Amino acid sequence: MGRAADVIATGLPRPRGRGRIGRLEASAIRGVLVREITNFGSYWRATSFSSTVEPAIYLLAFGFGFGSLVSQVAGYDYVDFVGTGVVATAVLFASVFPAMFGTFVKYSFQHTYDAILAAPVDTEEIVTGEALWMSIRAGTYGCVPLLVAMAFGLEPRIDMLVVPAIAFVSGFGWACFGIMIAGLLNSIDNFNYVTSTVITPTFLTAGTFFPLSGLPQWVQVLGNLNPLHHTVELVRHAAFGWEGWADVAHLGALVLFGVVLWRLAIRALERKLIT
Amino acid sequence: MPDPAIHLRSVVKRFGEIVAVDGLDLEVPEGSCIGLLGPNGAGKSTTMKMLTAQVIADAGTIDVLGHALPGASKIARAEMGVVPQLDNLDTTLTVEQNLRVFAHLYRLERAERGPAIERALQIAKLTDRRGSKVDELSGGMRRRLLIARGLVHQPRLLLLDEPTVGLDPQVRQELWALIDALRSEGTSILMSTHYIEEAERLADSVTIMAAGKAVATGPPAQLVAQHAGREVLEVYGPPARLLEAEREAATAGIRTRRTGTSVALMGVEQRNGNLPEGVRRTANLEDVFVLLTGEEVT
Repeated sequence: MGRAADVIATGLPRPRGRGRIGRLEASAIRGVLVREITNFGSYWRATSFSSTVEPAIYLLAFGFGFGSLVSQVAGYDYVDFVGTGVVATAVLFASVFPAMFGTFVKYSFQHTYDAILAAPVDTEEIVTGEALWMSIRAGTYGCVPLLVAMAFGLEPRIDMLVVPAIAFVSGFGWACFGIMIAGLLNSIDNFNYVTSTVITPTFLTAGTFFPLSGLPQWVQVLGNLNPLHHTVELVRHAAFGWEGWADVAHLGALVLFGVVLWRLAIRALERKLIT
Repeated sequence: MPDPAIHLRSVVKRFGEIVAVDGLDLEVPEGSCIGLLGPNGAGKSTTMKMLTAQVIADAGTIDVLGHALPGASKIARAEMGVVPQLDNLDTTLTVEQNLRVFAHLYRLERAERGPAIERALQIAKLTDRRGSKVDELSGGMRRRLLIARGLVHQPRLLLLDEPTVGLDPQVRQELWALIDALRSEGTSILMSTHYIEEAERLADSVTIMAAGKAVATGPPAQLVAQHAGREVLEVYGPPARLLEAEREAATAGIRTRRTGTSVALMGVEQRNGNLPEGVRRTANLEDVFVLLTGEEVT
């Protein structure tokens, strides 16, 4: 161990400026992102596979399964209708599940947050960094169904370039929702309740596979409270034509969803990590 | 006189009905190594977590490196390193990647990161294993990496929570040499342990905790002299013989402690007559620990 002792004795001067220390610092969030990205290098293949293949299967199954029965829905080819709608499903799957399970595993089994919180990083920055990373992934994977749909005839449009941004904003809110659930629940088995009562109804009533306009009025009202419905609408309008203020309202709803869930996720995880 | 690196005054922490830390006073002078010794459940880990503000005290004040906690804990955390009891390395990452991640989390400048990682690799003696995944390392290597990770930013203060628990004697001694070198260099160290020998060898001063309280504080030799004297008489025999030895000691006003197979009579250096037959030995910190906490050393 003499060698190690020599290294310490002749060590470099202590690192200097660590910048101002305050709340929600970019350097702390960057540190969390670096950790996430470095770890992603070891499991990106499996994640990319499930995040792209799963929505593609939905698209193919519904698009061509129902598509053989229904040629047009709401004035669009059914494959185009589903292809644009499944973007939201891909965003949901790429954000909410990694957030729920990843956060819980890091907290309960890997004790990762103990290590991070020993550094100059607060829970607020952990939540922000991790949710940002998951929304970047959602923004990327969310485009896969659109590309598949294009392969089957969806006409490309320059406005579709904003789809990754829509997916990012929506993914941020869903990632925060997942982190909040992991912060609130004490057992990973209890996630089944959330999946059954929140996530599955959410993606089935988002207007992905069938338009909400044909449903009873109260379902349509509830649909407007579903953030995934706003994602579906925005993606469709990017693909088929914008609808002015209605799209501003959809975007506003997604931003509001993201901000509210961000604060709730911070509060839930803080209660878990700081006693 | 410089401010202490850590200063706790009358700190209390309750978890529901349980009082984990009960009016704790603790001081770690700058540049010293202080051992926090106590049985399981004494409040050592809770105390350690209060120093990183992962546990918030219900009462009392905590200052770390001149910063009042929990309000200024983030500033304090930037200047301290923590080696946890539980291994929380990123197991799918390599040794170097683990250090690089924490070089970022501790906000080292880009130009500082490379040299800091090299230095940490040398401290951990893992330079030739830099590309190995953590999963491929032995228990001793992982523990060295945990220590190196806590040192990557050259902290002024190091918190070691049971740093050698579960390691074989050779690896333990290697880590002791490392900790000793850090203290020699001027790093302040607070080390919780339930290994008596570890505290005796490394700590300038020891605080013995029991049921959330500090029951004794001082340099190991002073604590031994104060509570166990210079010499101990170890009496061996069947249970009836041990009971008798305890009675005789009580009559003579001598403090005793039980081990599994013997009774130890404390402070017998001045007494020669009227003592049971036994083996004399030098008193040690373990005698003090058992006397004050009522717990056997595991």
